[in-house]
Amino acid sequence: MAEIPMREGYGKALAAYGAVNPNVIVLDADTSASTLTHFFAKQYPQRFYNIGIAEPCMIDMAVGLALGGKIPFANGFAALLALRALEQIRTCVAYARTNVKIAASYAGVSDFKDGPTHHSIMDIAIMRAMPQMTVIVPADANEAGAWVPVIAEYDGPVYLRISRAATLPVHQSSVTVQIGKGITLRDGGDVTIIAAGSMVGRSLLAADQLAARGLDARVLEMHTIKPIDAPLILQAAAETGAIVTAEEHTILGGLGGAVAEVLSLHHPVPLEMVGVHDTFTRTAPTTELLMDAFCMGVEDVTAAAERVIQRKR
Amino acid sequence: MYFHPDSQIIELQERARDLRLDSLEMIHRRQAGHPGGSLSAADIVAALFFHKMRIDPQNPEWPERDRFILSKGHASALLYAALAQSGYFPREDLRHWGDLDCHLQGHPDRLKTPGVNMTAGLLGHGVAVGVGIALAARMDGLPFHTYVLMGDGECQGGIVWEGAMAAAKYRLANLTAIVDFNNVQLDGTVQDILPLEPLADKWRACNWAVIEINGHDMRQILQALDTAGEIHDRPTVIIARTTKGKGVSFMENKSQWHGAAPNDAQLAQAIAEIKGARHHG
Repeated sequence: MAEIPMREGYGKALAAYGAVNPNVIVLDADTSASTLTHFFAKQYPQRFYNIGIAEPCMIDMAVGLALGGKIPFANGFAALLALRALEQIRTCVAYARTNVKIAASYAGVSDFKDGPTHHSIMDIAIMRAMPQMTVIVPADANEAGAWVPVIAEYDGPVYLRISRAATLPVHQSSVTVQIGKGITLRDGGDVTIIAAGSMVGRSLLAADQLAARGLDARVLEMHTIKPIDAPLILQAAAETGAIVTAEEHTILGGLGGAVAEVLSLHHPVPLEMVGVHDTFTRTAPTTELLMDAFCMGVEDVTAAAERVIQRKR
Repeated sequence: MYFHPDSQIIELQERARDLRLDSLEMIHRRQAGHPGGSLSAADIVAALFFHKMRIDPQNPEWPERDRFILSKGHASALLYAALAQSGYFPREDLRHWGDLDCHLQGHPDRLKTPGVNMTAGLLGHGVAVGVGIALAARMDGLPFHTYVLMGDGECQGGIVWEGAMAAAKYRLANLTAIVDFNNVQLDGTVQDILPLEPLADKWRACNWAVIEINGHDMRQILQALDTAGEIHDRPTVIIARTTKGKGVSFMENKSQWHGAAPNDAQLAQAIAEIKGARHHG
């Protein structure tokens, strides 16, 4: 599988789906050459609105289009959508339950070169706190594309988190995804690594390294952070007795928080969280270096797995 | 421009008074709500609901209905009174506004109340949401018009101007905003808190058509709405000069009555004044 940027998988899938569903409208906030909605814009200029560097306005416009029966995809940088346009999303999308799809690009630390202002490491926590919101974090370009028709055909607000980067490939282009249903990528009995986004590929590498050390790690991809697949988590807790979460996000309130809530309420087992440790990040020459520097390396996953296995008894 | 006979003007003035009475009784009963901005916008809302808008209260989701968005969602009592008087739901419901099991929320909720096209409350959303609705109408070739009723203080927020620029970009002649410019907001007068003037120039600079009227002169309101419908190359804003708390002497131009409820004696006096105005024009 060739490594292509997740945003490219998304942008091309959106343009392709435009032919299938004439109700899909695409909005962007002067970032279409970055989010790669320009593929859609070129093919369907009458269904593309570039409204400038005004993310709150873009979200409210998308709300109006949804009220008019359209299926708007509102695109921009995750840091701006989840922070600057947050009240629009809370009031007019989530509370008013309008059928708006928020495609939040450049998520996590994938905009490595622009630095912490452009990084988005708390968006999952924010979006997950919102009633009526569905939060989806694809692992790679193929999966990002696979979500386009699925979320378009789901009736309700969705936050789709898109990386700028070419994450480690995990899926074939034929991957099928279902909201709220995690994917078991690797079976194992000693520990379960529950990962989302770019950390899925890294967690599979970590499982390989753990296997070389005689440890049998299960890897679950938890693409839907909300609604979280509690049965799959609880089955893993019961069968492996130890959990590691891994995400390109702060460990506060994101995937780790969601898994911790499920475990502590229903089946407490030792848990370790891999992610950004309550700190702002930095500028770096590559996303990969930045992830390694902020506790999201493959070694961070293997170390967490070894720690949590030690805590089992 | 259409001819509006005196009988029509008088009837709509009566409807505006009924809206004022219902709004005050609702706010008094609940001991919560926003009388000042409900009274200031009553004439505009009467003109829209009982004359201008093509709506079907028996079919609230009719795709071709004109859309009304109360961007100044705190005037919810006024909207609820208009919806009930139009027949969207029984007037008896107004007595239960704010009860835990009542569909009438503190601020309008599109999912709970028939006839509410968009949820509102926190200020600023109406124009930008209206842009999306108007674009969808254009795409589908639907002939309806979208009306957004805003407060003046609301225009202090940047999102209003983001929406204004977007509406102008797409030349949305099927979108009309009405600013209830009563010049009083929660903490005081608009010019003291954050001046808006020259407000008409601001909208003109955003490439909107601007009509300035006395927002309590029913004939001017009707003519402005007619004129807005005849402008085909850009959105229109009607800047309606109004009086906060209009019709109740002790509420007029008082920021204290932005969000305070009258007691029994105050309600009785307010009702007497509004009913008295009925006889004295």
